[in-house]
Amino acid sequence: MELFTNQVLAGIATGAIYACMALAVVMIYQAIDHLNFAQGEMAMFSTFMAWQMMQWGVPYWAAFVITLVLSFVGGIVIERLLFKPLAKAPILTNVAGFIALFAIVNSVAGLIWDFTIKQFPTPFGSAPFLGSQLISTHQAGMIGVTLLLLALLFFFFRFTRIGLAMRAAATLPESARLVGINTSWMIALGWGMAAAIGSIAGMLIAPVVFLEPNMMGGVLIYGFAAAVLGGLSSPLGAVIGGFLVGIFENLVGTYIPGAGNELKLPIALALIVIVLVVKPSGLFGHTVIKRV
Amino acid sequence: MTAMLDIKDLRAYYGQVQALHGLEFHLSEGSMTTLLGANGAGKTTTLRAICNMVRSTGTIAFEGKSLSGKSTENIVRLGIAHVPQGRGTFTTMTVEENLQLGAISRSDKASIVSDIERMYDHFPVLKQRHTQQAGTLSGGEQQMLAVARALMLRPRLMLLDEPSFGLAPLIVRDLFKILGKINRDDKVTILVVEQNAQLALELADTAYVIETGRIVMSGSAKDIANNEDVRKSYLGY
Ligand SMILES: Nc1ncnc2c1ncn2[C@@H]1O[C@H](COP(=O)(O)OP(=O)(O)OP(=O)(O)O)[C@@H](O)[C@H]1O
Ligand SMILES: [Mg+2]
Repeated sequence: MELFTNQVLAGIATGAIYACMALAVVMIYQAIDHLNFAQGEMAMFSTFMAWQMMQWGVPYWAAFVITLVLSFVGGIVIERLLFKPLAKAPILTNVAGFIALFAIVNSVAGLIWDFTIKQFPTPFGSAPFLGSQLISTHQAGMIGVTLLLLALLFFFFRFTRIGLAMRAAATLPESARLVGINTSWMIALGWGMAAAIGSIAGMLIAPVVFLEPNMMGGVLIYGFAAAVLGGLSSPLGAVIGGFLVGIFENLVGTYIPGAGNELKLPIALALIVIVLVVKPSGLFGHTVIKRV
Repeated sequence: MTAMLDIKDLRAYYGQVQALHGLEFHLSEGSMTTLLGANGAGKTTTLRAICNMVRSTGTIAFEGKSLSGKSTENIVRLGIAHVPQGRGTFTTMTVEENLQLGAISRSDKASIVSDIERMYDHFPVLKQRHTQQAGTLSGGEQQMLAVARALMLRPRLMLLDEPSFGLAPLIVRDLFKILGKINRDDKVTILVVEQNAQLALELADTAYVIETGRIVMSGSAKDIANNEDVRKSYLGY
């Protein structure tokens, strides 16, 4: 029993990474109805920018905030330049766009910062959290940041006019335009927010997985799994999905003989497939109430 | 006096298919006009063309200014509210959020709050349901919500696409009464597309009849209602 509780705790700690990434995935999905395969690479690039600033002597939190702002602007710029022209193109064209973006961001990062792994600092320290060996202060901080982010997003979408406009543009673009909403800019804003959230995820993940251009590969797949599990339309679902995937991953690694590290990724992929087959709207995807 | 909305040689296209063939009409300020015609005549297309939701050529001038090249949202922001066919309700949001969305392009926060209260006076049922998901309202309630949402823009011109669709006759009368009141008291110019010609002609002061993308008849609503030939050949009652 003790082993079980420990693994669940450890799962929640790793799950916070996925939750953070899943939040970014859901933001874009809401805005454009596609999964952004380059999301992880964008987050990685943001993290490198933060690292570079710290190399230049900028203090952690200043670098953190500047990265957030740059990522937000960068997300908008990417949307305006690359994906706005593709808005009416078929899905496959968009997918090609995502893959191109993935490859470009990945190699540019490699070109600038090379492929050797780098240490990335944590603002929370890495001592045992409240004396527990299972969860470090960094992991606790990460869980805290994820939950804070979730609360902020909830507040933003529920209580601000721009949040309301973004929701309207995402659910019914034509009606949104008919009340005067510039839906195209709402999409750009969604990209900006997703890029900013992704940058937070990247900066929190980097101390755990080390910083290098391919650091987000596995994480993004778990993030997708979490977002799909939570039902791509719900930030709360994404976060809970993230924690569940983390727990699931740890329990499988512990209790299924031979599963170990090699099988963790296939298991995440299997999870995506199973959710899509059994309950395509995910655990928290809103089922729209319709009258007949 | 220039017309509030002046439309000349309007042609609209869905891909290669031409749906409007040189439509001409105008609305004078403060009027209540109805656009009548059979299924597929081009009524919806006309309203969509005004809001640049379908590819079109020709000139559309609103208060003397051309609308050509303007995006839908910018046309709406000039004060043209459009209640589309099918209502366009944000079904996953609450009734109150739908009303707030109607006013999303306005910045006068205080009067938005009082306008929502006014809508609740017009349509008390919306007040009872203000926290309810809009998709769970009945058809009639959703139609009222759609009209109320459009009014939240404080429009100068309101376009309504078959507001009576699917409503019980009694409810249609109520709705039309409210539209008449809005037209008179709030000085909103109204263009209403209807299948229910009889009722629309009672309400409106001017009428146009459209057939396969062309205006075939125009005049005062009274004259058209009294002209038996027109009624029989175009309006079917
Ligand atoms: N999306 C579309 N693609 C192709 N053709 C269309 C489309 N929408 C409408 N049409 C065609 O344009 C013509 C006019 O349609 P429109 O919807 O304006 O008619 P309507 O007068 O509003 O009819 P109803 O009373 O049935 O709503 C019709 O012949 C219709 O088939
Ligand atoms: Mg129609």
